[in-house]
Amino acid sequence: MTGISREDVAHLGKLARIELGEAEIDQLTEQLGVILSAVARVQEIAGADVPGTSHPLPLVNVTRPDVTKASLTNEQALSGAPATDQERFKVPQILGEEA
Amino acid sequence: MSELVTKSAADLSELLGAGTISAVELTNAHYERINALDGKVHAFLYLDTEGALAQASKVDKARANGEKLSPLAGIPLGLKDIVVQEGVPTTCGSKILEGWRPPYDATVTTRLKDAGVVILGKTNCDEFAMGSSTENSAYGPTHNPWDLSRIPGGSGGGSSAALAAFFAPLAIGTDTGGSIRQPAAVTGTVGVKPTYGGVSRYGLVAFSSSLDQAGPCARTVLDAALLHEAIAGHDPMDATSINAPVPQVVAAAKMRDVKGMRIGVVKELGGEGYQAGVRQRFEESVAMLEELGAEIVEVSCPHFEYALPAYYLIAPSECSSNLARFDAMRFGLRVGDENGRSAEEVMNLTRDAGFGPEVKRRIILGTYALSSGYYDAYYGSAQKVRTLIMRDFDAAYQKVDVLVSPTSPTTAFKIGEKANDPIAMYLNDIATIPVNLAGNGGMSIPCGLAPEDGLPVGFQIISPAMKDDLMYRVGGALEAALNDKWGGSMISQIPALESALMTGGVA
Repeated sequence: MTGISREDVAHLGKLARIELGEAEIDQLTEQLGVILSAVARVQEIAGADVPGTSHPLPLVNVTRPDVTKASLTNEQALSGAPATDQERFKVPQILGEEA
Repeated sequence: MSELVTKSAADLSELLGAGTISAVELTNAHYERINALDGKVHAFLYLDTEGALAQASKVDKARANGEKLSPLAGIPLGLKDIVVQEGVPTTCGSKILEGWRPPYDATVTTRLKDAGVVILGKTNCDEFAMGSSTENSAYGPTHNPWDLSRIPGGSGGGSSAALAAFFAPLAIGTDTGGSIRQPAAVTGTVGVKPTYGGVSRYGLVAFSSSLDQAGPCARTVLDAALLHEAIAGHDPMDATSINAPVPQVVAAAKMRDVKGMRIGVVKELGGEGYQAGVRQRFEESVAMLEELGAEIVEVSCPHFEYALPAYYLIAPSECSSNLARFDAMRFGLRVGDENGRSAEEVMNLTRDAGFGPEVKRRIILGTYALSSGYYDAYYGSAQKVRTLIMRDFDAAYQKVDVLVSPTSPTTAFKIGEKANDPIAMYLNDIATIPVNLAGNGGMSIPCGLAPEDGLPVGFQIISPAMKDDLMYRVGGALEAALNDKWGGSMISQIPALESALMTGGVA
């Protein structure tokens, strides 16, 4: 069994920006332990001489001519926003001071 | 039931072309059936009745004016709710996108519209395409039309169920680890994952970018090929789109000839862990291909047994990065924006409320696999396994033209049966995942009903990258031979939905 603790899962929740509840942390700790011990098998054959593959195709950089093209209008871009103000996205405070 | 809804897209295309039926009439026939029976199946999350009828009417007018139309003009289709369509709600089966109306079309959607295809609505799926049963949809599961107490596969269970229920002759799926092929297998339909890069990913809500691929779903191989050619081809909006001619899949589907082809049976994708009836129908189909003149060769791909663990590191890693865009700021759900909470606190609360258990599980797993100190052991090792799997494919293709296997190790299981056991659920995709890791093309076609439960079995055909025509050639030939043997298509044996009782999970 690969060791993953309750504290690890709580920390991962913070890294992933998910406010996990206590019951969720308990369940995830148990499930991730099982899943990790199953997937850790990849280490059995991942020799130092084997190069990694990140993508099925050999990727090349793709560029296009630097010309102006039509894009979303302000209205379209803001159409799905949870909150807007004066044609801008309105977000909660970002600096942590008192509102 | 209107006879129109059981016909293939190819047959309907002829009727439309000859003026025997109109696109509006055809669209209405499908909506009539959906409205009567989708309460039992739950294949659709949203019906765009107005948009579909407008498109159908436009096609009818164009035809009346003598305009040259694509073969799919006027044919109804279900669009998986992972693919965006301008102005039509796209949820990805998630609460975090509930009510979101995309301001643009995916390239797949644009091409469907340009071809005159009538998009009936958005089909249900596992949340962000993560799952093998459609039980992970935040809007409730889809039921398999063969047996409503069973799963229709996943993640594209809405698309596969829509086909089997005769709600549409065509559907679009997306396949990251088998989400087109496994649903096709368990519903007795046809599903194709094109070569990675063969169909644009622009406008597909990303799950795992190096694996995701959209593709055609249908009830016949020829219909899948017609849809394939309509959506495939280079797209400058997707940097991973292949800039090369689309393989001639329609011609290949019509060939019905496998003489002299070398077909490899993958030793590692079968045997233990595969249901007896699945093995039996698969072996019978292989024997049939041999009778048709193909040369059958057993090939070994020794690293395939590591594909599943590699996938469950690579896909969650990419997902943890891709799903960071759901931050409660620019679109989608926002909760807790009160009491002076910070943006970060609102983000954390929103993501906890908006994502379901499987999505959270994968984000957390991916975050772990990519975190400093574990990166080399997990994500790095999985990338090496990916190389070894690609080498296995390369070696196999030295000996054979295509590879075959059962698509899924079992027939459709009961709704709820594996819902609380992630590992058991992940095993559904054991035969489909290697194909995504290598970027090959893969197809599932029906190959019979398992004797022990009377449920559909899928036959998987795998072709080398950009040789998708080869799998269509095999699929078309095998389908024709099986239909001859059965005296009709397998889907025609499906029990009548009208009399089916609602059982199993509650939608």
